[in-house]
Amino acid sequence: MTNETTTTTYRSQVTAQPESFRHLVHAEWTKFRTVRGWVIAMVVAIAAVTAFVFIGTAVGRSCVSSGGGSGSGSGPGGGTPSACPAQPTGPGGEPVQDAFYFAHQPVTGNGTISVQMTSLTGMVSTGPIEMTPALQPWFTAGIIVKENTSQGSAYVAMMVTASHGVRMQWDYVGDAPGMTGSVSESSPRWLRLVRDGGTVTGYDSADGTHWTQVGTATLPGLTSTVQAGLFAAAPSNGNGTTATGVFGHVGLSWPATGWTGTDIGGLGGNGVSLPGALAQNAGTITVTGSGAIGPLAGDGVLSIQTALVGTFTGLLPLIVVGAMFVTGEYRRGLIRLSLAAAPRRGRLLAAKAVVIGAVGFVSGLIAAALAVAIGSRRLGETGVPVWPVSALTEARIVVGTAAMLAVAGVLALAIGTILRRSASAITAVIVLIFIPYLLAVHLQGPDGGDGGGTGGGREELLRVTPAAGFSVQQAIPQFSQVIATFTPRGGYYPLAPWTGFAVECAWAAAALALAYYLLRRRDA
Amino acid sequence: MNATTEIEIEIDGLRKRFGSTQALDGMTFTVRPGPVTGFVGPNGAGKSTAMRVVVGLDAPDAGTATIGGRPYRSLTNPLTHVGSLLDAGALQPSRKARNHLLWLAHSQGLDAGRVDEVIALAGLKSAARRRAGGYSLGMRQRLGIAAALLGDPPVLIFDEPFNGMDPEGIVWMKDLLRALAAQGRTVLVSSHLMSELEDTAGHLVVVGRGRVIADTSVADFIAAASGSRIRLRTTAPADAMSVLGNAGAEVTATGPDVLSVAGLTAEKTISVLTGHAVPFSEVTAHRATLEEAYMELTRESVEYRAEVAS
Repeated sequence: MTNETTTTTYRSQVTAQPESFRHLVHAEWTKFRTVRGWVIAMVVAIAAVTAFVFIGTAVGRSCVSSGGGSGSGSGPGGGTPSACPAQPTGPGGEPVQDAFYFAHQPVTGNGTISVQMTSLTGMVSTGPIEMTPALQPWFTAGIIVKENTSQGSAYVAMMVTASHGVRMQWDYVGDAPGMTGSVSESSPRWLRLVRDGGTVTGYDSADGTHWTQVGTATLPGLTSTVQAGLFAAAPSNGNGTTATGVFGHVGLSWPATGWTGTDIGGLGGNGVSLPGALAQNAGTITVTGSGAIGPLAGDGVLSIQTALVGTFTGLLPLIVVGAMFVTGEYRRGLIRLSLAAAPRRGRLLAAKAVVIGAVGFVSGLIAAALAVAIGSRRLGETGVPVWPVSALTEARIVVGTAAMLAVAGVLALAIGTILRRSASAITAVIVLIFIPYLLAVHLQGPDGGDGGGTGGGREELLRVTPAAGFSVQQAIPQFSQVIATFTPRGGYYPLAPWTGFAVECAWAAAALALAYYLLRRRDA
Repeated sequence: MNATTEIEIEIDGLRKRFGSTQALDGMTFTVRPGPVTGFVGPNGAGKSTAMRVVVGLDAPDAGTATIGGRPYRSLTNPLTHVGSLLDAGALQPSRKARNHLLWLAHSQGLDAGRVDEVIALAGLKSAARRRAGGYSLGMRQRLGIAAALLGDPPVLIFDEPFNGMDPEGIVWMKDLLRALAAQGRTVLVSSHLMSELEDTAGHLVVVGRGRVIADTSVADFIAAASGSRIRLRTTAPADAMSVLGNAGAEVTATGPDVLSVAGLTAEKTISVLTGHAVPFSEVTAHRATLEEAYMELTRESVEYRAEVAS
């Protein structure tokens, strides 16, 4: 360099790496980790979510039952007053209700059972000893092939129901619709089950000639000898209901050995609430029974989702940090320095989104993994039935929780960029995601609102607001064929897991788009 | 960085209106490397707005601002081309000063070693690991200078860098500005107080009401503003006025026993006074200060603002 002339052009002596988006991400990460309050906030978030495990899993020590009309908690069970009757579990390990009246006979090998049904009636108790004729929607009777008469054993059934037409159901969670409409003398329903090894196929027919296949179920490891026969069950919200089916043209391809009537599960406890009956009369068989067959789902059934009940407490610090990650810069004028360093503004917003998203995701992943690990151990110790989830579902719940928190952080960042002020941005995000979640899930009316599980309209919040993202945590499917209360409070969301997450993502994407537009357009 | 020609800041016809205020009203000037260019004008004259436009923070309603012929937004790793200190308070208070520079360095693909270099350069070595929120305004200015110098850029833009600095800091800042300019950098420094630039700037752009009032070297600026006047202190002001008036001078009383003499050199004034035995205790050649010249030039725009305010 010469120094006798003052107009020699200066050239930068430092060597910078070529410009790269990676550098902006590195810069934003450095910004994040060098504000101690933000790092502490995320540690608090992780701790809060994890701590809630102990609250969430402390509820499970009393006997739970679904509203399925069977086993509603008063049974003497195992001797001590606080002990619960042993909970049957189905072939998939899930807790089930398995109580009904079964007119059965042992059959061996492949074969077919066919019947004609001409009537389904019911009785509902209206006083201590009074019964009144009445049908409730899921009152049912039909034919069933069941491995044995113990609760929880594998089965396939074809049945008529009071309001849901012909159904094929198997292994407690399987359900497929057949003919619609109700059964009567003038409109009979023909039902057929065909066993072929481990596969059972169901058919229905209006005339006994033209058969329609309803579905095929595979029962792994089904024993050669099983029980086949007729059944009746009366699922309802209360006790003391019975259903009665009238069967004709009963045909078995196996050698007939005569019917035995059994109340599956016995009387009381997890069994039936009223004893069933079998009457044979000139080619017709009448079967009356109470109880229900199906998964024990609905509110109050525990699953690993219970361990994540505190996720919303982690959401709050994340929202605050996500918003302040940008509003803090506006407050101090630091945004000008950031934009001077990254004048193509979309890149700055993207770098911030990447960092806050990663912070939310990693914090969420740690919190969810900790909560699930601790939670499953504690749930195992409670002795109450816990809905089993596959490793894949568990991974979806943990990773989904992390992703849901990550997107919430990005949403807060985008709204912070739009509003530029911490207080209003944080308020807006809380109103958008935190309040709807609380209203729909934790602040519902007593016992989760109405029994129908609609949450009195508040459930809508979990469809349309970013709080829909919480859907990724749902562990137990909502079974439409089970009479139980399914509410968000109990962990049942109106949208499917990834659909709900997509709603949250749509919000974040829309907010980011608006933030980008405003950031580019406005003076800094 | 790889420019082979002079890197200039070119501001051409900038116009910008904020509500009812015309902040920039066709401002046009060019800043060249070499001397420090002082960018002066009363508060509200449009200095900060113009600087924000140059670094791409504010969009002008009309006109262009380029650096080496390119708009700021097109620069890659812009801090290696242009360093700016626009607001010393632009800090996250809870972040340590060194970390403030560290993220900035990362954003430009610079390593942490450069951070420590500019910390030393700005005299912040002992305070670098303290939270920036605890810094005095003077220290924040130093931190802002360090940030501007991170990329060792050929163009530097400082908005009111002397604000809040103690006398020692002001001397340091003046030396630094001169040294940076002497290296051949293009240095634009704004101030609303001309005195701060008195012995620092070699070139001046004076603005008022969003437009350029004067764009000239400091020497020309002073010469244009100061007639040669002599300050005379005497115990016989009446006699002095009489004899000097006869010698062709224009004499006015500026205080008790103090006269201002125009039209005569100091030597001539002394010889006239001694020739007539008029006693005097002081004869001073009065050179207009930059401040006085500036006040004279910007009076109009200041008055205009006072009217608007009232």
